[in-house]
Amino acid sequence: MGIPNVGYSISRPMTNNPQTIIRPSIGLAYLDLREIWRYRDLLFMLAAREIQLRYKQTAFGVVWAVLQPLLPAAIFAVIFGLFAKLPSNGSPYLLFVFTGTMIWNLFSQAITRAGNSLVGNANLISKVYFPRIIVPLSSVGAVLFDFLITGLILVALMIVYRMPPGLNILLFPAFLLLALVTAIGISLWLSALNVKYRDFMYAMPFLVQVWLYATPVVYASSLIPQKYRWIYSINPAVGFVEGFRWSVLGRGTLSASMLFVSAGVAAVTLVTGLIYFRTTERKFADVI
Amino acid sequence: MDDVVIRAEKLSKAYDIRHSVQVNRYSTIQETLLSLPKKLFGKHQTTERFWALKEVSFEVRRGDRVGIIGRNGAGKSTLLKLLTKITEPTSGQAIINGRVASLLEVGTGFHPELTGRENIFMNGAILGMSRAEIRKKFDEIVAFAEVEKFIDTPVKRYSSGMYVRLAFAVAAHLEPEILLVDEVLAVGDAHFQKKCLGKMEDVSKNEERTVLFVSHNMPMISSLCETCILLHEGRILRMGATSEVIQAYYSKGIASDGSVDFTKDGRAHGDETARILHARMTNEEGGIVTESLINRSVIIEMEYEITLSEAKVSPNFLFYTSEGVCAFMSSDVSIDPKSDLKKEKGIYRAKCILPANFLNQDTYYIGLALTTPMTQKVHFYEKEVLQLNVVDPLDNVETRGQIPVRIPGVVRPLLRWECEKIS
Repeated sequence: MGIPNVGYSISRPMTNNPQTIIRPSIGLAYLDLREIWRYRDLLFMLAAREIQLRYKQTAFGVVWAVLQPLLPAAIFAVIFGLFAKLPSNGSPYLLFVFTGTMIWNLFSQAITRAGNSLVGNANLISKVYFPRIIVPLSSVGAVLFDFLITGLILVALMIVYRMPPGLNILLFPAFLLLALVTAIGISLWLSALNVKYRDFMYAMPFLVQVWLYATPVVYASSLIPQKYRWIYSINPAVGFVEGFRWSVLGRGTLSASMLFVSAGVAAVTLVTGLIYFRTTERKFADVI
Repeated sequence: MDDVVIRAEKLSKAYDIRHSVQVNRYSTIQETLLSLPKKLFGKHQTTERFWALKEVSFEVRRGDRVGIIGRNGAGKSTLLKLLTKITEPTSGQAIINGRVASLLEVGTGFHPELTGRENIFMNGAILGMSRAEIRKKFDEIVAFAEVEKFIDTPVKRYSSGMYVRLAFAVAAHLEPEILLVDEVLAVGDAHFQKKCLGKMEDVSKNEERTVLFVSHNMPMISSLCETCILLHEGRILRMGATSEVIQAYYSKGIASDGSVDFTKDGRAHGDETARILHARMTNEEGGIVTESLINRSVIIEMEYEITLSEAKVSPNFLFYTSEGVCAFMSSDVSIDPKSDLKKEKGIYRAKCILPANFLNQDTYYIGLALTTPMTQKVHFYEKEVLQLNVVDPLDNVETRGQIPVRIPGVVRPLLRWECEKIS
């Protein structure tokens, strides 16, 4: 029968042959984490490709990753901090608004890019099988890279303003995770909906714009009357923006109840997003 | 040990086709506006079920090389898409034992801005290889593709031959138990094609891998596959030894009906500028043909609609030989080379006469296109829309005379010779 070679060969036992049953799926599709894990290389490579392509043929390259949140933050600082004098809970307004835009950018870029990711990779989806969830996840991953680079600017600003982080910073990963969970939940909804209804492609910029002002990025939540704050925090972005700012600057308006509401909404979005994505995924190749 | 690696049981796939009622034909703004609410709420659409595949059952054993043949739209690609999980069946099931990889289109995921090296890793990952696996095979892939010198050059600077070679090389080095191949070998030069065929034969003979091979190229199918499945209108018409199935394919007159109606499925075949409606091949008397004698002329006819006024669209076609070599391309610019081809809205018919004593005996695959020549914008292109068998009746053929063997060449023109005795 020959010597078993490095790859698959018949001398391998049947147990190594994965059996696939192809049939119409019924009911709710469960999430196959093992399969996603098997395709982790593809996830990283798609993310790396997105980062690479984004800065290829640009003169400034990765500098754009830094400028993207810095420029709006500077503009916000002038307009809202200097002229409108919005409250910033006692922190320097630039630092206040920069922390906000930084985490907001992670979120808004993630949902925009991931939202368009399936449609943008239509040729892949109609030609090859792989867990489709890899595509929006890799977009979120690529945006995370930008976020980490912007982190360097934040460190620089904190040195300039002589504001070393306190112990709160230990909770920073938790809030980053919350931001990612929210972004992935929304991305799953948007990307799957976008496959069928391209309207979302056009609606997304407006959605992001409106959402920005419904989120404490340029102002502090303290602007919202106490009794409405729990309604306000149904916006899941409230939780991670205020939380992230609190963990970095050590000050904020975040209450436990607000955080719970936001995190709860984020969790619901993620679960429903996963269900919607998984159930519509089987039709992607037919409608894309 | 059960040796069946693929068992398909009544596998079916239906598509719901929406017929848009004359969406592009509104002539006035008012009409367009009036139709807008209908358009938005989708009421102008009627849906129809179209069975791309209907109750297809078969078994494939380990190490088999199975050809899948049939006309365009017979369900070949749908079958492969189901077996690779790209899309889900509507009913029925298939049980697959082993890792499946598909070569549905070489170079899927290739990005022009990335280098050859980066694309190998990307493409490999898309096809389901791990990074370690690709690294192990990297040198082999590069050597097989013969692109060593350009491996760190962005593939947008590659020649199309290099591009295809690299793409195929990645896929050819996958190590699945079951390899599904869709028409990928129709590209590349003859030398590379041979190399790919050799590789595929190796794969199935020496490593007991199963290959399912979709192609229109009958010589290739018969040299590579022992058994064959003939699909017609979504059903299996015949299954068995390759030679018999190929014979059935030709004898039942389903190889191609010589006439294609693009309006049938309710989709627009084209873009907002132009779309194709019909295509046919006829003899001089106007009868539809799929086969022609080598010393008779054939007329290729295309009907198309211009939906944008002043469009500079030119109908054209490409002839490919059964080995995938482009024999020639021709377009209506030759009517008047100085013309800017400007056309008003409306339906047009273009006819082109292929003279007698022009093509050699072979099966030619004709791809049709609507293009704007100046900008090279392609409004419609589909390969292998028509299929023409050119047959040599051997007797009374001017270009054959008394030659008893096959005459080589893509074309076999009747040229003027002058001979005289000079001493």
